[in-house]
Amino acid sequence: MFEVIAELSRWAIPLILLVVPLAAMLRGVKVYETFVDGAEAGFATAVKTIPYLVAMLVAVSIFRASGAMEVLVAALSPVLNLIGLPAEVLPHAVMRPLSGGAALGIASDIIKTYGPDSFLGRLVSTMQGSCDTTFYVLTLYFGSVGIRKYRHAVILGLTADLSTLIASIFIVRVIFGLEG
Amino acid sequence: MVNIVWLVMIVFGILVAGANGNIDVVTKAALDGANDAVKISLSLIAIISFWLGIMKLAEEAGLVRALALLVRPVMRFLFPSVPKDHPAMGAIVMNLSANILGLGNAATPMGLIAMRELQNLNQGRDSASDAMCTFLALNTSCITLIPTTIIGIRLLYGSTDPTCIVGPTIMATAFGMTVAIVADRVLRLLYSEKRR
Repeated sequence: MFEVIAELSRWAIPLILLVVPLAAMLRGVKVYETFVDGAEAGFATAVKTIPYLVAMLVAVSIFRASGAMEVLVAALSPVLNLIGLPAEVLPHAVMRPLSGGAALGIASDIIKTYGPDSFLGRLVSTMQGSCDTTFYVLTLYFGSVGIRKYRHAVILGLTADLSTLIASIFIVRVIFGLEG
Repeated sequence: MVNIVWLVMIVFGILVAGANGNIDVVTKAALDGANDAVKISLSLIAIISFWLGIMKLAEEAGLVRALALLVRPVMRFLFPSVPKDHPAMGAIVMNLSANILGLGNAATPMGLIAMRELQNLNQGRDSASDAMCTFLALNTSCITLIPTTIIGIRLLYGSTDPTCIVGPTIMATAFGMTVAIVADRVLRLLYSEKRR
């Protein structure tokens, strides 16, 4: 099963690059001109995200470097203990929605320290794989089209993150045993 | 909400840094963050241009429309405000497929294309539409078949079974996605468009 999916992932983009231009040509589309026409908006779209990402990453960076992250982790630990989250992976859970790179760093560190096949190693691997950098995605996607009022998107994203986190803990405990 | 989160991160960060006696890190962190942001945005130019070109071809060839047609029942349920056969539907499906397959490089540009189409429907307002909120919730909670990066790290540190987390990851994301869809329906009523 895994091999099939892995193979599919490898082929997906080359296949798209093969099928799309061919299909377009069969439909009588001027392939080169149309591609250039579409690609023209790339620069503007990317540059438009700059102010939004600057705002978000400056805040995240200050929050991390100042040690405020650790304070938040300490404050949240009683709540997160309730859902059975081990203290070792707590910083990862808090960092995951804010910064993908930082969360990956924490996950690597836990895997290195406790071993990839330990309970903690498996748990943090699942958490890293299943949750997303919600704030980064929100900032980037909304920023690219100039949306400033996010309405319920923030609370919705965090609700999804939290439920994925709880599910990860529960599933890893059930599949790999309580202590791993 | 985002205003509060943003303000709290900065104010709280500065206060903690001050209390810990390392106020110096704040200035450096702020500049580092800004620097990272610009680097990320600029690195997106290449890949977004590339995928915008391919998507334009796919659109002209009628492939985006065909894809949207294929998954219409599900998409009509999730995005009732988007007209059927609208290019946004095709772009959303492309983005979610890329996410499921773990193709991060393709997923982001597809997502930005989908946002552009949704913003056309939103008449260029600066407030997120219902469809945009739904799309972002699906995007961030999307089922992941292969978490490639973390499998690589597990392998690096000598795991005997690096892919054993694939099953749990699929289950956890499936649960998260279900919650996201239900929560979206509830929040959509609470944050009804008429009340903004």
